[in-house]
Amino acid sequence: MQGKGRAVCVGADIDTDLVIAGRYLRTRDHGVWVEHVFEDLDPSLASRMNGAVIVAGKNFGCGSSREQAAIALSEAGVVAVVAPSFARIFFRNAINVGLPLIESSLTCTEGSPVTFDLAEGWVEADGERYTTRPLSERMQEILAAGGLVNYWRTIR
Amino acid sequence: MGTLSERILHGTAGEYVDRAVDRAYVHDGTGVLTLEAWKSMGERRIQDATHLHVLFDHIVPANNSTTATLQHELREFARSSFLHFSDIGGGICHQIMSEGIVLPGEVIVGADSHSCTLGAFGAFATGVGATDMAAIWMTGGTWFRVPESIGIHLSGTLSGAAEAKDLALTYVSRLGMDGASYQALEFTGEGTAVLPMDDRLTICNLAVETGAKAGMFYADDVTVGYLAMAGHTVKPQEPEPCRYIRELDFDLSDIVPVIAMPPRVDTVKPVHDLAGLPLDQVFVGTCTNGRYTDLARFARIVKGRNVAVRTIVVPASREVLRKAIRTGVLAELVDAGCTIGTPGCGPCLGAHMGVLGEGEVCLSTANRNFKNRMGVGGEIYLSSVATAAASALEGEITEPEVA
Repeated sequence: MQGKGRAVCVGADIDTDLVIAGRYLRTRDHGVWVEHVFEDLDPSLASRMNGAVIVAGKNFGCGSSREQAAIALSEAGVVAVVAPSFARIFFRNAINVGLPLIESSLTCTEGSPVTFDLAEGWVEADGERYTTRPLSERMQEILAAGGLVNYWRTIR
Repeated sequence: MGTLSERILHGTAGEYVDRAVDRAYVHDGTGVLTLEAWKSMGERRIQDATHLHVLFDHIVPANNSTTATLQHELREFARSSFLHFSDIGGGICHQIMSEGIVLPGEVIVGADSHSCTLGAFGAFATGVGATDMAAIWMTGGTWFRVPESIGIHLSGTLSGAAEAKDLALTYVSRLGMDGASYQALEFTGEGTAVLPMDDRLTICNLAVETGAKAGMFYADDVTVGYLAMAGHTVKPQEPEPCRYIRELDFDLSDIVPVIAMPPRVDTVKPVHDLAGLPLDQVFVGTCTNGRYTDLARFARIVKGRNVAVRTIVVPASREVLRKAIRTGVLAELVDAGCTIGTPGCGPCLGAHMGVLGEGEVCLSTANRNFKNRMGVGGEIYLSSVATAAASALEGEITEPEVA
């Protein structure tokens, strides 16, 4: 799987409360999560999510298991999230909703183009190419299907 | 041979395995998304409802009609599909699962990050998201990467005013918020033998705050005795030679009362250093410290006096509440001026009752102090029950006295 987007830089240890706050969880309207994504981190981020590759510090997605965090990012148009490490529940959730995650320590320049190829295992930013840790075979299958729901509907 | 995780998951650290799960549970928050994902997957047959649980704890009772409608649909589904169901007032999912349901050696998944709490029984217990859970409803199992384990060796006994919570915050600060990412914590050593189940649950509860997949104690005589009270006959688990990726030692007698500073669980200071910080609210409860022993400890300290700041006490379960009523602990709390909430998560996640106002400060016995978690502009300090009680009496952060 290949992709490209504009870098949006965020810090380390971004918890899922910061991605989508607890006060917005109780709805079936995913638009609410898209509207309020990252609100407690930086309210201006929501308008910059479409076409974004989020480049984060270590341990992105720590804290609550709320899948709304991964859904919010995916439905807001985030192309992928790059970070040196991810919290494990968020990792599974993101792949399960079809949001590519890339484990890499990238130097982030706000707004600069980021391209990646998951199968070949690289991500490129500011003319520099970094190799990435490949996803497990199962995770690649799930991602290729567009998420776990489609995986079960189509492949299995 | 192997770590407890390796033995229970039947694999070697780093290996991917498919495993049937012994128990799987969701709450009113994650259950709604799980049901949605399950429907999207084609509403296939539930593999085996006898090991599936739905427990309402996050927003109980419902705070508005949107929540009530979502809960209504999940409630109807749970009943019609014969999933074990615990309605509002039953208590926190992890707590109910700890009251004689989860057994040593089992594989437990909960759609909540604090499912790691149940590793206290020598089970492999971990959190998953809603879509993973929907697949588990269909198939009865899921994939795991067998984690490497960090051995945390305990010696000595807790002394002075220190509690299991202080040990938990101390190890989180030592490891850091991602110090155990993708790994499991195994608590071993002679110091474990003197820790009652409630303490072990508190200690395992904080494991996820280090990024850990699981936090586990080996089942021993304490575990066997606790489960015998619930009518289960189980055997202790003997530790075997195994390889830890990292090892830490804690002498329990060195542990002192500490506080985690907002907005990070791993930023921990001795209570002494923060004494005098004014508080607007004290909150006692949650899957960390809402058990009967916690309520009783709090009551013992505030008994016969009045709290100086608004204090919310939320029992972790109906069973906890029932016992607190029977023993008079509840009356002592009410007489001291505490407000009692419906058994459940209470204000911990900031979705309903007990949220903080702009600029307010709360001392909480919970496990997370993230920015804005309990209300926009509010700050959360995390402590033990004894520290919360001493502080509630003074209206400011106060060192607990030796019991």
